[in-house]
Amino acid sequence: MGQIEPMLKIDNLHASVEGNEILRGISLTVNAGEVHAIMGPNGSGKSTLARVIAGHQDYEVTAGEVLFDGQSLLELEPEERAWAGVFMAFQYPIEIPGVNNAYFLKAALNAQRKARGEDELDAMEFMSLIRGRIRDLDMDPALLNRPVNEGFSGGEKKRNEILQMAVLSPKLAILDETDSGLDIDALRIVANGVNALRSPERAIIVVTHYQRLLNYIVPDFVHVLSDGRIVRSGGKELALELEERGYSWIEAETRPAAVVA
Amino acid sequence: MSGVQTHDGTASHCGRLRERVGRHEPAWLTDFRDRSLARFEDLGFPLGSAEEWRFTPVGAIAETPFGPADVPNEDDIQAALARALYGSADFARLVFVNGMFRSDLSDVNDLPRSVEVGSLRNACQSYPDIVRANLGAVASGGPSFTSLNGALMDDGAFIHLPAGVLVDRPIHIAHVSLSGDSPIGVHPRSLVIVGEGSSAVIVESFHGAGDMPYLTNGVFEAVVGPNAGLEHYRLQMEAESAYHVGRTAVRLARDARYTSHSVAFGAAISRHDLGAVLGGENGVCTFNGLYMGDRRQLLDSHTVIDHATPHCESHELYKGILNGHAHGVFNGKVFVRKDAQKTDAKQTNQALLLSDTARIDSKPQLEIFADDVRCTHGATVGQLDADSLFYLRSRGISLEDARSVLIHAFASDIIDRMSLAEIRSQLEGVLLSSLPKTSTAFWEMAE
Repeated sequence: MGQIEPMLKIDNLHASVEGNEILRGISLTVNAGEVHAIMGPNGSGKSTLARVIAGHQDYEVTAGEVLFDGQSLLELEPEERAWAGVFMAFQYPIEIPGVNNAYFLKAALNAQRKARGEDELDAMEFMSLIRGRIRDLDMDPALLNRPVNEGFSGGEKKRNEILQMAVLSPKLAILDETDSGLDIDALRIVANGVNALRSPERAIIVVTHYQRLLNYIVPDFVHVLSDGRIVRSGGKELALELEERGYSWIEAETRPAAVVA
Repeated sequence: MSGVQTHDGTASHCGRLRERVGRHEPAWLTDFRDRSLARFEDLGFPLGSAEEWRFTPVGAIAETPFGPADVPNEDDIQAALARALYGSADFARLVFVNGMFRSDLSDVNDLPRSVEVGSLRNACQSYPDIVRANLGAVASGGPSFTSLNGALMDDGAFIHLPAGVLVDRPIHIAHVSLSGDSPIGVHPRSLVIVGEGSSAVIVESFHGAGDMPYLTNGVFEAVVGPNAGLEHYRLQMEAESAYHVGRTAVRLARDARYTSHSVAFGAAISRHDLGAVLGGENGVCTFNGLYMGDRRQLLDSHTVIDHATPHCESHELYKGILNGHAHGVFNGKVFVRKDAQKTDAKQTNQALLLSDTARIDSKPQLEIFADDVRCTHGATVGQLDADSLFYLRSRGISLEDARSVLIHAFASDIIDRMSLAEIRSQLEGVLLSSLPKTSTAFWEMAE
């Protein structure tokens, strides 16, 4: 073979929630170093795909396989997926009253480091790690000492997700509509945070409804989801075409699922 | 009264006990005991058909022949006290062992001279007029257990602040019960009077040891004078073999403030009746409650806030954590009387069920007779939030840690409202030790 193993290989993935099939045969291959955008109209299954990869309990996988570095992801608990290097930025980050944001992030980082056999960071090391990240994201440091996401504005929640991503530095980052509801300044900052993470060892999947984000995070591949299937795949120019023509022309074509190598 | 009857043998049993406790007492106190006994005999132990007791069977209490307490050996007392006094070295303290005052174990130094802090039994001799005028005046009526306490009452605290005294030093009333070879019944009774413009912090705790069943049937009554303040901690940390019944009755004068922090962690069956009457304008009453049960524990909190006058505020937040086959009961009554306009009352109770077999019966009861008031209540019962668990786990925190941290956060909300750091850290310790074994990730989040 001699070929490099793909980081993520999704093969004929079917998933349901409460008996309703949302994903109807998704196949997608993502290699290290690539940025993939997944676009599509509301209800097409974009966020479901992100959550199934992260291991959300509400979704039942009824067929297909998801391999991450050759290992079956579907057999792993959500925390084991995180330890393996999978991260999803939530579309709607969860508020957790009573849990301090900084302690939570440190606990998450150390839980992952421990699971990988690395030394845990002490408070000093942790603070020096996040100080620069906070500055880059133009985040109010006071948010660190508040309960996780509680009372945060929409933009603050999204930045907090990107902060977590930057600190946890996953191999595979999935951004689930991280751009929704952000003004252009916040969008730029969040995009810069994502771009800073781009590297030959990492892959990023950007799930978005709007082409706008892709002006700032330029993808290598764009996939269009419709009714639980990838109906079209292409390069970054596909996003521009969608911006001009909307989704309806693609939905009308009802092409068979495409596989991107 | 329907649904209530006297169990066979109860009256004669109580009568015999009554003879023991009533020796060498002033006639007015004997009379108080007689009246209490008569009411108890009339009402009997409450049965399950009585609305206020429908979830809390007291048959085991009625049928167990709880005798008077022996004097336990000193080593056992010291061991129990070590648990009961925890970080409260700086508190003034009154220690009661099996209902008997132990002045040698108590410390009431460093309190203002005008403040009386001691045993109620002694106060019956030294301050008969004050005790006589107030005993049973606030804790009137109520469950028949209150009358049983009146009939058989052992010792307890007498705390009297005249007008204009601020007592910074918390006063700890430590009740320790140690059963011997047979079940014992202890009926502690405390009376607290906070004079006009005065304030005090009182910690009441109940600890016990041993496998032999024992009964604690306590009554705490307090009068909080005009513009006075009382912060009251009630820590029910009884042994698993215990039956614990408690009544707290408080009356607030105008501009008075009363805060109750009521914690129930122990006992096989625990019932606490907490009631406050806002008897003057501009009073503020706060009830914070936390109960935590496992195995087959039954933890029952009945609260009443009576807005009898206008312009008063009440804030009530009760939280319960139930695991195993534990059963929680919350009944929260808020009365707003016809004249109590501009009342601001808020009640919230939340229960977390950690197993399929844990159970909660929760009943908010607002009875509002005034028309210009703001009253809200909310109740939530449920498991740990699945989305919160997923969020934590998706960041690499194990399921066990995620569960523990969410339980901890739920309970800390109550603990964090307590102003005494010593109590907070003690309760934190109990809480943490009750959570599943956890890793450093949990400890970091629980800081």
